[in-house]
Amino acid sequence: MIEVKNLYKSFGDTEVLTDISFTFLKGKVNMIIGQSGSGKSVLTKCIVGLHQPDQGEVLFDGQNFLQLPLEEKKEIRKNIGMLFQASALFDSMTVEENISFPLRMFTNNTAGEIKSRVDECLERVNLVGKNDLYPGETSGGMQKRIGIARAIAMKPAYLFCDEPNSGLDPQTAIVIDNLIHEITYEMDITTIVITHDMNSVIEIGDHIMFVYKGKKWWSGDKQDILRSKNNELNDFVYASKFMKTLREKLNS
Amino acid sequence: MSFSVRFDRAPYLYSQELNLLFHIGQYFTLIWRSFSRPEKFSIYRKQFVQEIDSIGLSSIGIVALMSVFMGAVIALQTASNMDSPLLPAYTVGFTARQSIILEFSPTIIALILAGKVGSNIASEIGTMRVTEQIDALDIMGVNSAAYLILPKVLAGLFIFPFLITISMFLGIFGGWFVCISTGVVSSNDYIYGIQYDFQPFDVFYALIKTVIFAFIITTVASYHGYFAKGSALEVGRSSTKAVVYSSILILIFNYIVTQLLLI
Repeated sequence: MIEVKNLYKSFGDTEVLTDISFTFLKGKVNMIIGQSGSGKSVLTKCIVGLHQPDQGEVLFDGQNFLQLPLEEKKEIRKNIGMLFQASALFDSMTVEENISFPLRMFTNNTAGEIKSRVDECLERVNLVGKNDLYPGETSGGMQKRIGIARAIAMKPAYLFCDEPNSGLDPQTAIVIDNLIHEITYEMDITTIVITHDMNSVIEIGDHIMFVYKGKKWWSGDKQDILRSKNNELNDFVYASKFMKTLREKLNS
Repeated sequence: MSFSVRFDRAPYLYSQELNLLFHIGQYFTLIWRSFSRPEKFSIYRKQFVQEIDSIGLSSIGIVALMSVFMGAVIALQTASNMDSPLLPAYTVGFTARQSIILEFSPTIIALILAGKVGSNIASEIGTMRVTEQIDALDIMGVNSAAYLILPKVLAGLFIFPFLITISMFLGIFGGWFVCISTGVVSSNDYIYGIQYDFQPFDVFYALIKTVIFAFIITTVASYHGYFAKGSALEVGRSSTKAVVYSSILILIFNYIVTQLLLI
């Protein structure tokens, strides 16, 4: 479980996050949704420690991450897997080297054990036999799956996914969504997905926070989100014609 | 308020002087982080070997080409400007040796390497920054500064002296070759000139400069790459800045080291 308490973050005079408090549930797909520029990515970077918040607390299973010494922070980070928006795979390494990187860096496993874990991860994301390809030789959807495989290689307790569907066609997006959902339940991990894709929210969102202008504007589950009376949330959720039609059907 | 919070806000300082101080502070902080204990020596050792290839071995061609031609030009220029019959013929070899060992090989080749190696390092690390690969390392718990920068700096410190030594030999060889092929000075005179009043300390001085320049090139380029922001355009700008600033620093430190060691 990850708890965020009264988080503030500014860049110069621009306040990006204001008093954000939220609990991300263990074993669930937690979603942070909001418009572009609303502060979702900054919030995530504050949680994982890539940005230092101005105020507030981030608790990983009760431990205040921001106040921990560097070595203890590193230990928590070894339990974090992250899928980046552009996958962030290491260009100079093959698929196998990318996935095995954290294992080689942080474990004393033998080469055989590492290879076996890499193959397990590749099998889990349906990329068996792609070990020797370089990221540049793979499609966008494959890169996302390789990113997921690398993120789960160390069997993390927390999985962060930054806009996992961006740049993907609808079918591949669903494949990635389902993969994230399945992995969350299989491994019983705390997953946090940052997205503005309402399909993803409806498909796999268990626990949702809507961020608007740097503030937590609304939170609830996917049943609540479709019936919310919050104007800003409704403007976001029902921005597309498809969702407007869905609302009319729900209302009727 | 913690140090890191103030550090975070520093880019927004409007004063030029404070901005310069900010960059100097950030540079030394990065160097400090880079020299911290590696997570796993075996991985760093592999990186170190790769960097020797990428920084050093791939530069041998350009260093050799530049050295031979510059040595040849130095010898020709010296010979063509020696009007006085009082100057002995071996002066050409002597002058070529002194110019090549004291200045041409350590300084001019360092400036060329600042362009080749510096831009390569800055663009490699800068691309990793803008494509979030460095964030990925940080989130895994890897000290990204140490993993990316330390092997490059150590490889530079290790391989640059070899490159400069090769450059010295090839520069002097270029001078000899042009002398015998054009007949401006005889081979015996040239060889006598390059042996005349040889001070081993000159080579030592050149190698000290080389090590300092290697540190400047690798760290300044890494700094500009590591803190690149935004898009591919910014990576290009970082790469240019890395070359410009490391070249300026090489010239400044060349003066300082020369004053300290030779005067």
